[in-house]
Amino acid sequence: MGMTMTQKILAAHAGLDKVSAGQLISAKLDIVLGNDITTPVAVNEFNKAGFKDIFDRDRVAIVLDHFVPNKDIKAAEQSKTCREFACSHCISHFYDVGKMGIEHALLPEQGVVTAGDCIIGADSHTCTYGALGAFSTGVGSTDMAAGMATGKAWFKVPSAIKFNLTGSLAPNCSGKDVILTVIGMIGVDGALYKSMEFTGDGVSSLSMDDRLCICNMAIEAGAKNGIFPVDDVALSYLDGRSERKPVIYEADGDAEYEKVIDIDLSEIVPTVSCPHLPENTRPASELSDIKIDQVVIGSCTNGRMEDMQTAYKILKGKKVAGGVRCIIIPATMNILRECVERGYYTAFIDAGAVVSTPTCGPCLGGYMGILASGERCIATTNRNFVGRMGHVNSEVYLASPATAAASALTGYITEWKDA
Amino acid sequence: MKTGGKVFKYKDNVDTDVIIPARYLNTPDAKELALHCMEDIDAGFVKNVKPGDIIVAGWNFGCGSSREHAPLVIKTCGTGCVIAKSFARIFYRNAINIGLPILECPEAADEIGAGDDVSVDFDTGIITDSTTGKTYTAQPFPPFIQNIIEKGGLLASLKD
Repeated sequence: MGMTMTQKILAAHAGLDKVSAGQLISAKLDIVLGNDITTPVAVNEFNKAGFKDIFDRDRVAIVLDHFVPNKDIKAAEQSKTCREFACSHCISHFYDVGKMGIEHALLPEQGVVTAGDCIIGADSHTCTYGALGAFSTGVGSTDMAAGMATGKAWFKVPSAIKFNLTGSLAPNCSGKDVILTVIGMIGVDGALYKSMEFTGDGVSSLSMDDRLCICNMAIEAGAKNGIFPVDDVALSYLDGRSERKPVIYEADGDAEYEKVIDIDLSEIVPTVSCPHLPENTRPASELSDIKIDQVVIGSCTNGRMEDMQTAYKILKGKKVAGGVRCIIIPATMNILRECVERGYYTAFIDAGAVVSTPTCGPCLGGYMGILASGERCIATTNRNFVGRMGHVNSEVYLASPATAAASALTGYITEWKDA
Repeated sequence: MKTGGKVFKYKDNVDTDVIIPARYLNTPDAKELALHCMEDIDAGFVKNVKPGDIIVAGWNFGCGSSREHAPLVIKTCGTGCVIAKSFARIFYRNAINIGLPILECPEAADEIGAGDDVSVDFDTGIITDSTTGKTYTAQPFPPFIQNIIEKGGLLASLKD
Protein backbone atom coordinates (compact mmCIF):
# COMPACT_ATOMS: atom_id res chain seq x y z
CA MET A 1 0.00 0.00 0.00
CA GLY A 2 1.35 3.42 -0.95
CA MET A 3 1.54 6.65 1.01
CA THR A 4 -0.55 9.81 0.98
CA MET A 5 1.13 13.12 0.12
CA THR A 6 1.31 14.00 3.84
CA GLN A 7 2.81 10.62 4.72
CA LYS A 8 5.49 11.06 2.03
CA ILE A 9 6.58 14.41 3.43
CA LEU A 10 6.65 13.00 6.97
CA ALA A 11 8.63 9.91 5.88
CA ALA A 12 11.23 12.10 4.15
CA HIS A 13 11.61 14.30 7.22
CA ALA A 14 11.88 11.28 9.53
CA GLY A 15 14.57 9.73 7.32
CA LEU A 16 12.37 6.71 6.60
CA ASP A 17 11.50 5.05 3.29
CA LYS A 18 7.99 4.39 4.42
CA VAL A 19 5.58 5.37 7.18
CA SER A 20 2.04 4.26 7.81
CA ALA A 21 -0.96 5.70 9.64
CA GLY A 22 -0.68 5.47 13.43
CA GLN A 23 3.11 5.20 13.47
CA LEU A 24 4.94 7.50 15.91
CA ILE A 25 7.88 9.29 14.31
CA SER A 26 10.38 12.03 15.06
CA ALA A 27 10.61 14.43 12.12
CA LYS A 28 13.03 17.23 11.20
CA LEU A 29 11.41 20.65 11.04
CA ASP A 30 11.94 23.23 8.30
CA ILE A 31 10.20 26.08 10.13
CA VAL A 32 9.07 26.57 13.74
CA LEU A 33 6.60 29.44 14.18
CA GLY A 34 5.17 31.42 17.07
CA ASN A 35 3.15 34.61 17.62
CA ASP A 36 2.85 37.25 20.34
CA ILE A 37 0.45 35.13 22.43
CA THR A 38 2.08 31.71 22.19
CA THR A 39 5.76 32.69 22.02
CA PRO A 40 6.00 34.17 25.56
CA VAL A 41 4.79 30.84 26.99
CA ALA A 42 7.30 29.01 24.78
CA VAL A 43 10.11 31.34 25.85
CA ASN A 44 9.33 30.61 29.52
CA GLU A 45 9.39 26.87 28.84
CA PHE A 46 12.58 27.15 26.75
CA ASN A 47 14.38 29.02 29.52
CA LYS A 48 12.95 26.90 32.34
CA ALA A 49 14.21 23.75 30.62
CA GLY A 50 17.67 25.28 30.49
CA PHE A 51 18.08 25.44 26.71
CA LYS A 52 20.70 27.94 25.61
CA ASP A 53 20.49 28.00 21.81
CA ILE A 54 17.90 27.62 19.09
CA PHE A 55 18.60 24.98 16.43
CA ASP A 56 18.82 27.39 13.49
CA ARG A 57 18.34 31.18 13.48
CA ASP A 58 16.90 31.05 9.95
CA ARG A 59 14.33 28.34 10.74
CA VAL A 60 12.45 29.99 13.59
CA ALA A 61 9.82 32.59 12.71
CA ILE A 62 8.22 34.88 15.28
CA VAL A 63 5.39 37.14 14.13
CA LEU A 64 3.73 39.73 16.35
CA ASP A 65 0.19 39.81 15.00
CA HIS A 66 -2.53 39.05 17.54
CA PHE A 67 -2.48 42.15 19.73
CA VAL A 68 -0.22 44.59 17.83
CA PRO A 69 0.23 47.52 17.66
CA ASN A 70 0.03 46.64 21.36
CA LYS A 71 -3.54 46.85 22.63
CA ASP A 72 -2.60 47.37 26.30
CA ILE A 73 0.27 47.27 28.75
CA LYS A 74 0.16 43.50 29.24
CA ALA A 75 0.17 42.90 25.48
CA ALA A 76 3.13 45.28 25.24
CA GLU A 77 4.99 43.15 27.79
CA GLN A 78 4.31 40.02 25.72
CA SER A 79 5.61 41.71 22.57
CA LYS A 80 8.68 42.79 24.51
CA THR A 81 9.36 39.21 25.61
CA CYS A 82 9.17 38.07 21.96
CA ARG A 83 11.36 40.95 20.75
CA GLU A 84 14.06 40.32 23.34
CA PHE A 85 14.12 36.59 22.62
CA ALA A 86 14.29 37.17 18.85
CA CYS A 87 17.07 39.70 19.31
CA SER A 88 19.15 37.59 21.70
CA HIS A 89 18.96 34.57 19.37
CA CYS A 90 19.47 36.65 16.17
CA ILE A 91 16.25 35.22 14.68
CA SER A 92 16.18 36.31 11.04
CA HIS A 93 12.43 35.90 10.54
CA PHE A 94 11.21 38.19 13.30
CA TYR A 95 8.36 40.44 12.21
CA ASP A 96 7.57 43.47 14.36
CA VAL A 97 5.18 46.38 13.77
CA GLY A 98 5.86 48.00 10.39
CA LYS A 99 7.04 44.73 8.93
CA MET A 100 4.55 42.30 10.37
CA GLY A 101 1.41 40.84 8.89
CA ILE A 102 -0.98 38.14 10.02
CA GLU A 103 1.39 35.18 10.24
CA HIS A 104 -0.40 32.83 7.85
CA ALA A 105 -0.69 35.48 5.16
CA LEU A 106 2.82 36.77 5.79
CA LEU A 107 4.98 33.64 5.73
CA PRO A 108 3.75 32.39 2.32
CA GLU A 109 3.94 35.94 0.90
CA GLN A 110 7.52 36.35 2.11
CA GLY A 111 8.58 32.94 0.83
CA VAL A 112 9.53 31.71 4.33
CA VAL A 113 7.53 28.50 3.82
CA THR A 114 7.58 26.37 0.70
CA ALA A 115 6.50 23.14 -0.96
CA GLY A 116 7.74 19.96 0.71
CA ASP A 117 8.38 21.62 4.08
CA CYS A 118 7.59 20.10 7.46
CA ILE A 119 6.36 22.96 9.65
CA ILE A 120 5.00 23.39 13.16
CA GLY A 121 3.52 26.60 14.47
CA ALA A 122 2.18 27.55 17.87
CA ASP A 123 -1.03 28.72 16.23
CA SER A 124 -3.81 26.41 15.17
CA HIS A 125 -4.11 27.94 11.68
CA THR A 126 -0.55 26.91 10.82
CA CYS A 127 -2.28 24.29 8.64
CA THR A 128 -2.64 27.10 6.03
CA TYR A 129 0.70 26.28 4.35
CA GLY A 130 -0.63 22.97 3.08
CA ALA A 131 -1.83 25.09 0.15
CA LEU A 132 1.81 25.26 -0.96
CA GLY A 133 2.24 21.50 -0.76
CA ALA A 134 3.84 21.49 2.70
CA PHE A 135 3.03 19.43 5.79
CA SER A 136 2.14 22.08 8.30
CA THR A 137 0.32 21.78 11.60
CA GLY A 138 -0.58 23.71 14.72
CA VAL A 139 0.93 22.83 18.09
CA GLY A 140 1.19 24.42 21.53
CA SER A 141 3.90 26.52 23.12
CA THR A 142 5.78 23.60 24.69
CA ASP A 143 6.08 21.93 21.28
CA MET A 144 7.29 25.24 19.90
CA ALA A 145 9.94 25.45 22.64
CA ALA A 146 11.07 21.88 21.97
CA GLY A 147 11.07 22.53 18.21
CA MET A 148 13.16 25.68 18.60
CA ALA A 149 15.67 23.80 20.74
CA THR A 150 15.97 20.56 18.78
CA GLY A 151 14.66 21.25 15.25
CA LYS A 152 12.48 18.18 15.63
CA ALA A 153 8.98 17.19 16.68
CA TRP A 154 7.14 13.94 17.31
CA PHE A 155 4.11 13.09 15.22
CA LYS A 156 1.61 10.32 14.97
CA VAL A 157 1.39 9.68 11.22
CA PRO A 158 -2.17 10.62 10.21
CA SER A 159 -4.59 8.74 8.03
CA ALA A 160 -6.34 10.84 5.40
CA ILE A 161 -9.61 11.83 3.81
CA LYS A 162 -9.36 12.57 0.10
CA PHE A 163 -11.48 15.38 -1.34
CA ASN A 164 -11.80 14.91 -5.06
CA LEU A 165 -12.59 18.32 -6.55
CA THR A 166 -14.17 18.68 -9.98
CA GLY A 167 -15.62 21.62 -11.95
CA SER A 168 -15.05 25.26 -11.11
CA LEU A 169 -16.62 27.84 -8.79
CA ALA A 170 -19.43 30.25 -9.66
CA PRO A 171 -18.24 33.90 -9.83
CA ASN A 172 -19.84 34.74 -6.47
CA CYS A 173 -18.08 31.87 -4.67
CA SER A 174 -14.54 31.47 -3.40
CA GLY A 175 -12.36 29.12 -1.36
CA LYS A 176 -14.24 30.17 1.81
CA ASP A 177 -17.50 28.78 0.47
CA VAL A 178 -15.71 25.52 -0.38
CA ILE A 179 -14.25 24.99 3.08
CA LEU A 180 -17.43 26.07 4.91
CA THR A 181 -19.39 23.61 2.76
CA VAL A 182 -16.90 20.84 3.56
CA ILE A 183 -17.03 21.56 7.31
CA GLY A 184 -20.83 21.58 7.10
CA MET A 185 -20.66 18.14 5.47
CA ILE A 186 -18.20 16.41 7.80
CA GLY A 187 -18.59 18.41 11.05
CA VAL A 188 -16.13 20.11 13.39
CA ASP A 189 -14.50 16.79 14.25
CA GLY A 190 -15.09 15.13 10.87
CA ALA A 191 -11.36 14.99 10.13
CA LEU A 192 -10.10 14.68 13.73
CA TYR A 193 -6.39 13.68 13.76
CA LYS A 194 -6.50 13.19 9.97
CA SER A 195 -5.11 14.85 6.84
CA MET A 196 -7.50 16.50 4.42
CA GLU A 197 -5.95 15.94 0.99
CA PHE A 198 -7.51 18.02 -1.79
CA THR A 199 -7.02 16.69 -5.28
CA GLY A 200 -8.75 16.28 -8.65
CA ASP A 201 -9.28 18.21 -11.87
CA GLY A 202 -10.98 21.06 -10.03
CA VAL A 203 -7.79 22.05 -8.17
CA SER A 204 -6.33 23.92 -11.16
CA SER A 205 -9.29 26.32 -11.19
CA LEU A 206 -8.59 27.44 -7.60
CA SER A 207 -6.28 30.41 -7.02
CA MET A 208 -3.55 30.32 -4.38
CA ASP A 209 -5.64 32.62 -2.17
CA ASP A 210 -8.54 30.14 -2.45
CA ARG A 211 -6.26 27.23 -1.53
CA LEU A 212 -4.67 29.10 1.40
CA CYS A 213 -8.17 29.86 2.72
CA ILE A 214 -9.29 26.24 2.33
CA CYS A 215 -6.25 24.78 4.12
CA ASN A 216 -6.46 27.51 6.78
CA MET A 217 -9.77 26.14 8.04
CA ALA A 218 -8.81 22.43 7.96
CA ILE A 219 -8.38 22.73 11.75
CA GLU A 220 -12.05 23.75 11.97
CA ALA A 221 -12.87 20.18 10.88
CA GLY A 222 -10.44 18.90 13.53
CA ALA A 223 -7.79 17.98 10.93
CA LYS A 224 -4.08 17.69 11.60
CA ASN A 225 -3.36 19.27 8.22
CA GLY A 226 -4.87 20.17 4.89
CA ILE A 227 -2.82 19.82 1.71
CA PHE A 228 -2.96 20.56 -2.02
CA PRO A 229 -0.84 19.07 -4.80
CA VAL A 230 1.93 21.27 -6.20
CA ASP A 231 0.77 22.27 -9.68
CA ASP A 232 1.68 25.09 -12.07
CA VAL A 233 -0.42 27.58 -10.09
CA ALA A 234 1.53 26.75 -6.92
CA LEU A 235 4.90 26.73 -8.67
CA SER A 236 4.33 30.11 -10.28
CA TYR A 237 3.31 31.50 -6.85
CA LEU A 238 6.50 30.11 -5.29
CA ASP A 239 8.75 31.22 -8.16
CA GLY A 240 10.92 34.17 -7.15
CA ARG A 241 9.38 34.18 -3.69
CA SER A 242 10.48 30.99 -1.99
CA GLU A 243 13.73 31.35 0.01
CA ARG A 244 14.43 27.64 -0.34
CA LYS A 245 13.97 25.31 -3.28
CA PRO A 246 10.47 23.83 -3.35
CA VAL A 247 10.36 20.03 -3.12
CA ILE A 248 7.42 18.31 -4.77
CA TYR A 249 5.80 15.26 -3.18
CA GLU A 250 2.90 13.41 -4.74
CA ALA A 251 0.53 10.87 -3.22
CA ASP A 252 1.08 7.32 -4.47
CA GLY A 253 -1.55 5.99 -6.83
CA ASP A 254 -2.37 3.23 -4.35
CA ALA A 255 -2.34 5.44 -1.24
CA GLU A 256 -4.91 4.45 1.34
CA TYR A 257 -7.67 6.90 2.29
CA GLU A 258 -10.24 6.44 5.03
CA LYS A 259 -12.81 8.09 2.84
CA VAL A 260 -13.06 9.74 -0.56
CA ILE A 261 -15.48 12.66 -0.84
CA ASP A 262 -16.38 14.04 -4.27
CA ILE A 263 -17.05 17.76 -4.48
CA ASP A 264 -18.32 19.44 -7.64
CA LEU A 265 -17.14 23.03 -7.26
CA SER A 266 -19.81 24.25 -9.67
CA GLU A 267 -22.48 23.15 -7.18
CA ILE A 268 -21.06 25.21 -4.29
CA VAL A 269 -23.21 28.19 -3.28
CA PRO A 270 -22.34 31.20 -1.08
CA THR A 271 -22.31 29.62 2.38
CA VAL A 272 -22.52 30.99 5.92
CA SER A 273 -21.69 29.28 9.25
CA CYS A 274 -24.25 30.26 11.86
CA PRO A 275 -23.48 30.54 15.60
CA HIS A 276 -21.85 28.88 17.47
CA LEU A 277 -20.00 26.25 15.44
CA PRO A 278 -18.38 26.39 11.99
CA GLU A 279 -20.34 23.24 11.03
CA ASN A 280 -23.71 25.05 11.32
CA THR A 281 -23.74 26.00 7.64
CA ARG A 282 -26.61 27.39 5.59
CA PRO A 283 -26.78 28.92 2.11
CA ALA A 284 -26.44 32.72 2.45
CA SER A 285 -29.63 33.07 0.42
CA GLU A 286 -31.65 31.49 3.27
CA LEU A 287 -30.43 33.97 5.88
CA SER A 288 -31.64 37.26 4.39
CA ASP A 289 -33.69 38.09 7.49
CA ILE A 290 -30.62 38.09 9.76
CA LYS A 291 -29.82 41.70 10.67
CA ILE A 292 -26.19 42.55 11.39
CA ASP A 293 -24.40 45.24 13.41
CA GLN A 294 -20.86 44.70 12.22
CA VAL A 295 -18.87 43.35 9.29
CA VAL A 296 -15.24 42.21 9.52
CA ILE A 297 -13.28 41.51 6.33
CA GLY A 298 -9.80 40.27 7.15
CA SER A 299 -7.94 37.60 9.22
CA CYS A 300 -5.54 34.78 8.33
CA THR A 301 -8.47 33.17 6.52
CA ASN A 302 -9.55 36.04 4.26
CA GLY A 303 -7.31 39.11 4.48
CA ARG A 304 -5.40 38.46 1.25
CA MET A 305 -5.27 40.54 -1.95
CA GLU A 306 -8.07 38.69 -3.74
CA ASP A 307 -10.27 39.19 -0.69
CA MET A 308 -9.56 42.93 -0.74
CA GLN A 309 -10.26 42.98 -4.48
CA THR A 310 -13.63 41.30 -3.95
CA ALA A 311 -14.53 43.75 -1.17
CA TYR A 312 -13.55 46.65 -3.44
CA LYS A 313 -15.60 45.36 -6.35
CA ILE A 314 -18.70 45.24 -4.15
CA LEU A 315 -18.20 48.35 -1.99
CA LYS A 316 -16.81 50.89 -4.52
CA GLY A 317 -19.20 53.75 -5.14
CA LYS A 318 -21.68 52.36 -2.59
CA LYS A 319 -22.41 53.08 1.07
CA VAL A 320 -22.30 50.77 4.07
CA ALA A 321 -25.85 50.52 5.48
CA GLY A 322 -26.77 52.83 8.35
CA GLY A 323 -26.14 51.27 11.76
CA VAL A 324 -23.49 48.87 10.41
CA ARG A 325 -19.79 49.11 11.31
CA CYS A 326 -17.62 47.73 8.50
CA ILE A 327 -14.01 46.92 9.46
CA ILE A 328 -11.52 45.95 6.76
CA ILE A 329 -8.13 44.56 7.73
CA PRO A 330 -5.58 43.83 5.00
CA ALA A 331 -3.50 40.93 6.33
CA THR A 332 0.02 42.17 5.57
CA MET A 333 1.81 45.46 5.00
CA ASN A 334 2.30 44.58 1.31
CA ILE A 335 -1.43 43.95 0.92
CA LEU A 336 -2.18 47.21 2.73
CA ARG A 337 0.21 49.08 0.44
CA GLU A 338 -1.38 47.52 -2.62
CA CYS A 339 -4.83 48.54 -1.36
CA VAL A 340 -3.52 52.13 -1.16
CA GLU A 341 -1.89 51.99 -4.60
CA ARG A 342 -4.91 50.49 -6.32
CA GLY A 343 -7.29 53.00 -4.76
CA TYR A 344 -9.10 50.41 -2.66
CA TYR A 345 -8.26 52.20 0.57
CA THR A 346 -10.00 55.41 -0.54
CA ALA A 347 -12.96 53.48 -1.92
CA PHE A 348 -13.39 51.65 1.40
CA ILE A 349 -13.33 54.94 3.34
CA ASP A 350 -15.74 56.57 0.89
CA ALA A 351 -18.10 53.62 1.38
CA GLY A 352 -18.06 54.31 5.13
CA ALA A 353 -15.76 51.44 6.18
CA VAL A 354 -12.70 51.69 8.41
CA VAL A 355 -9.37 50.18 7.41
CA SER A 356 -6.88 48.91 9.99
CA THR A 357 -3.22 47.98 9.83
CA PRO A 358 -2.71 44.18 9.89
CA THR A 359 -3.85 42.45 13.08
CA CYS A 360 -5.74 39.33 14.18
CA GLY A 361 -7.57 41.72 16.58
CA PRO A 362 -11.32 41.16 16.29
CA CYS A 363 -11.21 37.54 15.03
CA LEU A 364 -10.35 36.25 18.50
CA GLY A 365 -12.09 39.00 20.46
CA GLY A 366 -8.81 40.77 21.17
CA TYR A 367 -9.54 44.35 20.09
CA MET A 368 -10.43 46.44 16.99
CA GLY A 369 -14.08 45.46 16.81
CA ILE A 370 -15.34 43.77 19.98
CA LEU A 371 -19.07 43.01 20.10
CA ALA A 372 -21.48 44.07 22.86
CA SER A 373 -24.19 41.81 24.28
CA GLY A 374 -26.80 40.92 21.67
CA GLU A 375 -24.74 42.24 18.74
CA ARG A 376 -24.26 40.28 15.55
CA CYS A 377 -21.32 40.28 13.15
CA ILE A 378 -20.78 38.71 9.75
CA ALA A 379 -17.06 38.03 9.45
CA THR A 380 -14.63 36.46 7.01
CA THR A 381 -12.82 35.00 10.02
CA ASN A 382 -12.64 31.33 11.03
CA ARG A 383 -14.46 30.70 14.33
CA ASN A 384 -17.89 31.57 15.64
CA PHE A 385 -17.69 30.00 19.10
CA VAL A 386 -19.52 31.49 22.10
CA GLY A 387 -17.87 34.81 23.00
CA ARG A 388 -15.30 34.53 20.22
CA MET A 389 -15.57 38.19 19.14
CA GLY A 390 -16.69 39.71 22.42
CA HIS A 391 -19.65 39.36 24.77
CA VAL A 392 -20.91 35.81 25.44
CA ASN A 393 -24.31 36.90 24.12
CA SER A 394 -22.92 38.22 20.82
CA GLU A 395 -23.02 36.23 17.58
CA VAL A 396 -20.60 35.66 14.71
CA TYR A 397 -21.63 34.43 11.26
CA LEU A 398 -18.74 33.18 9.12
CA ALA A 399 -18.78 33.96 5.41
CA SER A 400 -16.73 34.81 2.33
CA PRO A 401 -15.51 38.36 1.58
CA ALA A 402 -18.19 38.64 -1.14
CA THR A 403 -21.03 37.71 1.21
CA ALA A 404 -19.62 39.92 4.00
CA ALA A 405 -19.22 42.95 1.71
CA ALA A 406 -22.67 42.49 0.17
CA SER A 407 -24.13 42.23 3.69
CA ALA A 408 -22.37 45.48 4.70
CA LEU A 409 -24.38 47.32 2.04
CA THR A 410 -27.79 45.99 3.09
CA GLY A 411 -27.38 45.50 6.84
CA TYR A 412 -28.69 41.93 6.47
CA ILE A 413 -26.94 38.71 5.45
CA THR A 414 -26.93 38.97 1.69
CA GLU A 415 -25.84 36.68 -1.10
CA TRP A 416 -23.82 38.66 -3.61
CA LYS A 417 -25.04 38.30 -7.16
CA ASP A 418 -22.15 39.04 -9.51
CA ALA A 419 -23.38 41.80 -11.85
CA MET B 1 -1.10 7.97 40.24
CA LYS B 2 -4.68 8.66 41.28
CA THR B 3 -7.11 11.53 41.48
CA GLY B 4 -10.63 11.93 42.76
CA GLY B 5 -13.33 14.50 43.37
CA LYS B 6 -16.56 16.01 42.23
CA VAL B 7 -17.56 16.04 38.56
CA PHE B 8 -18.16 19.15 36.45
CA LYS B 9 -20.00 18.05 33.34
CA TYR B 10 -20.02 19.74 29.91
CA LYS B 11 -21.32 18.96 26.43
CA ASP B 12 -19.65 18.26 23.06
CA ASN B 13 -17.17 20.64 21.36
CA VAL B 14 -16.03 22.57 24.45
CA ASP B 15 -13.68 24.98 22.66
CA THR B 16 -10.52 26.70 23.88
CA ASP B 17 -12.24 30.10 23.61
CA VAL B 18 -14.63 29.16 26.41
CA ILE B 19 -11.93 27.35 28.41
CA ILE B 20 -9.89 30.57 28.42
CA PRO B 21 -11.25 33.52 26.41
CA ALA B 22 -8.66 35.29 24.23
CA ARG B 23 -9.45 38.62 25.87
CA TYR B 24 -7.38 37.41 28.83
CA LEU B 25 -4.43 36.13 26.78
CA ASN B 26 -2.43 39.30 27.24
CA THR B 27 -0.52 37.53 30.00
CA PRO B 28 1.33 34.20 30.11
CA ASP B 29 0.83 34.00 33.92
CA ALA B 30 -0.98 30.74 34.67
CA LYS B 31 -2.41 31.82 38.04
CA GLU B 32 -3.84 35.04 36.63
CA LEU B 33 -5.27 33.21 33.61
CA ALA B 34 -6.78 30.48 35.79
CA LEU B 35 -9.14 33.02 37.41
CA HIS B 36 -11.09 32.94 34.12
CA CYS B 37 -11.14 29.20 33.44
CA MET B 38 -14.43 28.08 31.80
CA GLU B 39 -15.83 31.57 32.47
CA ASP B 40 -17.93 31.84 29.30
CA ILE B 41 -19.82 28.55 29.79
CA ASP B 42 -19.70 28.10 33.57
CA ALA B 43 -19.11 31.26 35.55
CA GLY B 44 -19.19 29.27 38.81
CA PHE B 45 -16.43 26.81 37.88
CA VAL B 46 -13.44 28.67 39.32
CA LYS B 47 -15.28 29.39 42.56
CA ASN B 48 -16.46 25.81 43.06
CA VAL B 49 -13.63 23.60 41.75
CA LYS B 50 -11.48 21.85 44.37
CA PRO B 51 -8.16 20.04 43.95
CA GLY B 52 -8.70 16.63 42.38
CA ASP B 53 -12.09 17.46 40.85
CA ILE B 54 -12.82 16.06 37.42
CA ILE B 55 -14.15 17.57 34.19
CA VAL B 56 -16.31 15.17 32.15
CA ALA B 57 -17.32 16.19 28.62
CA GLY B 58 -18.48 14.93 25.22
CA TRP B 59 -16.82 14.74 21.83
CA ASN B 60 -13.98 16.97 20.59
CA PHE B 61 -13.03 18.58 23.91
CA GLY B 62 -10.61 21.49 23.48
CA CYS B 63 -11.34 22.25 19.83
CA GLY B 64 -10.23 25.53 18.30
CA SER B 65 -7.12 27.49 19.11
CA SER B 66 -3.70 25.97 19.82
CA ARG B 67 -3.39 28.01 23.00
CA GLU B 68 -1.58 25.92 25.61
CA HIS B 69 -3.13 28.30 28.10
CA ALA B 70 -6.27 26.09 27.88
CA PRO B 71 -4.95 22.87 29.48
CA LEU B 72 -2.73 25.03 31.69
CA VAL B 73 -5.66 26.89 33.32
CA ILE B 74 -7.58 23.65 33.82
CA LYS B 75 -4.54 22.17 35.58
CA THR B 76 -3.79 25.35 37.54
CA CYS B 77 -7.36 25.41 38.92
CA GLY B 78 -6.56 22.08 40.55
CA THR B 79 -8.56 19.88 38.20
CA GLY B 80 -7.23 16.35 38.55
CA CYS B 81 -8.28 14.97 35.20
CA VAL B 82 -10.42 15.55 32.11
CA ILE B 83 -12.50 12.62 30.84
CA ALA B 84 -14.07 13.10 27.40
CA LYS B 85 -15.49 11.07 24.54
CA SER B 86 -12.68 12.50 22.39
CA PHE B 87 -10.19 15.37 22.40
CA ALA B 88 -9.21 17.85 19.69
CA ARG B 89 -5.70 16.93 18.62
CA ILE B 90 -3.78 20.07 19.60
CA PHE B 91 -5.43 20.11 23.04
CA TYR B 92 -4.57 16.42 23.48
CA ARG B 93 -0.95 17.09 22.61
CA ASN B 94 -0.74 20.19 24.81
CA ALA B 95 -2.30 18.40 27.79
CA ILE B 96 0.33 15.66 27.60
CA ASN B 97 3.12 18.18 27.09
CA ILE B 98 2.22 20.15 30.22
CA GLY B 99 1.20 17.16 32.35
CA LEU B 100 -2.59 17.47 32.58
CA PRO B 101 -3.99 13.92 32.78
CA ILE B 102 -6.70 13.26 30.20
CA LEU B 103 -8.66 10.11 29.40
CA GLU B 104 -10.82 9.14 26.44
CA CYS B 105 -13.79 7.06 27.55
CA PRO B 106 -17.10 7.56 25.69
CA GLU B 107 -19.09 5.30 28.01
CA ALA B 108 -17.93 7.06 31.18
CA ALA B 109 -18.47 10.45 29.54
CA ASP B 110 -22.05 9.44 28.72
CA GLU B 111 -23.05 7.97 32.05
CA ILE B 112 -21.22 9.96 34.73
CA GLY B 113 -23.40 12.79 36.02
CA ALA B 114 -22.62 16.32 37.17
CA GLY B 115 -21.73 16.35 40.85
CA ASP B 116 -20.92 12.61 41.04
CA ASP B 117 -17.97 11.53 43.17
CA VAL B 118 -15.47 9.96 40.81
CA SER B 119 -11.95 8.59 41.20
CA VAL B 120 -9.43 7.70 38.51
CA ASP B 121 -6.48 5.32 38.66
CA PHE B 122 -4.13 6.34 35.84
CA ASP B 123 -2.00 3.21 36.09
CA THR B 124 -4.92 0.93 35.28
CA GLY B 125 -7.17 3.43 33.45
CA ILE B 126 -10.03 2.49 35.78
CA ILE B 127 -12.61 5.19 36.45
CA THR B 128 -14.90 4.63 39.47
CA ASP B 129 -18.14 6.54 40.00
CA SER B 130 -18.87 6.00 43.69
CA THR B 131 -22.19 7.87 43.39
CA THR B 132 -23.57 5.25 41.00
CA GLY B 133 -21.22 2.40 41.89
CA LYS B 134 -20.20 1.91 38.27
CA THR B 135 -16.67 1.47 36.94
CA TYR B 136 -15.24 2.09 33.46
CA THR B 137 -11.92 1.33 31.80
CA ALA B 138 -10.32 4.04 29.66
CA GLN B 139 -7.91 3.49 26.79
CA PRO B 140 -4.35 3.49 28.17
CA PHE B 141 -1.78 5.84 26.56
CA PRO B 142 0.68 4.32 24.08
CA PRO B 143 4.10 3.71 25.73
CA PHE B 144 5.69 6.64 23.86
CA ILE B 145 3.23 9.08 25.45
CA GLN B 146 3.34 7.28 28.81
CA ASN B 147 7.07 8.00 28.80
CA ILE B 148 6.51 11.75 28.27
CA ILE B 149 4.03 11.82 31.15
CA GLU B 150 6.29 9.80 33.45
CA LYS B 151 9.21 12.13 32.75
CA GLY B 152 7.04 15.10 33.74
CA GLY B 153 6.26 16.57 30.32
CA LEU B 154 7.82 16.91 26.89
CA LEU B 155 10.78 19.15 27.74
CA ALA B 156 11.79 17.02 30.72
CA SER B 157 11.58 13.91 28.52
CA LEU B 158 13.93 15.50 25.95
CA LYS B 159 16.70 15.84 28.49
CA ASP B 160 17.45 12.10 28.60
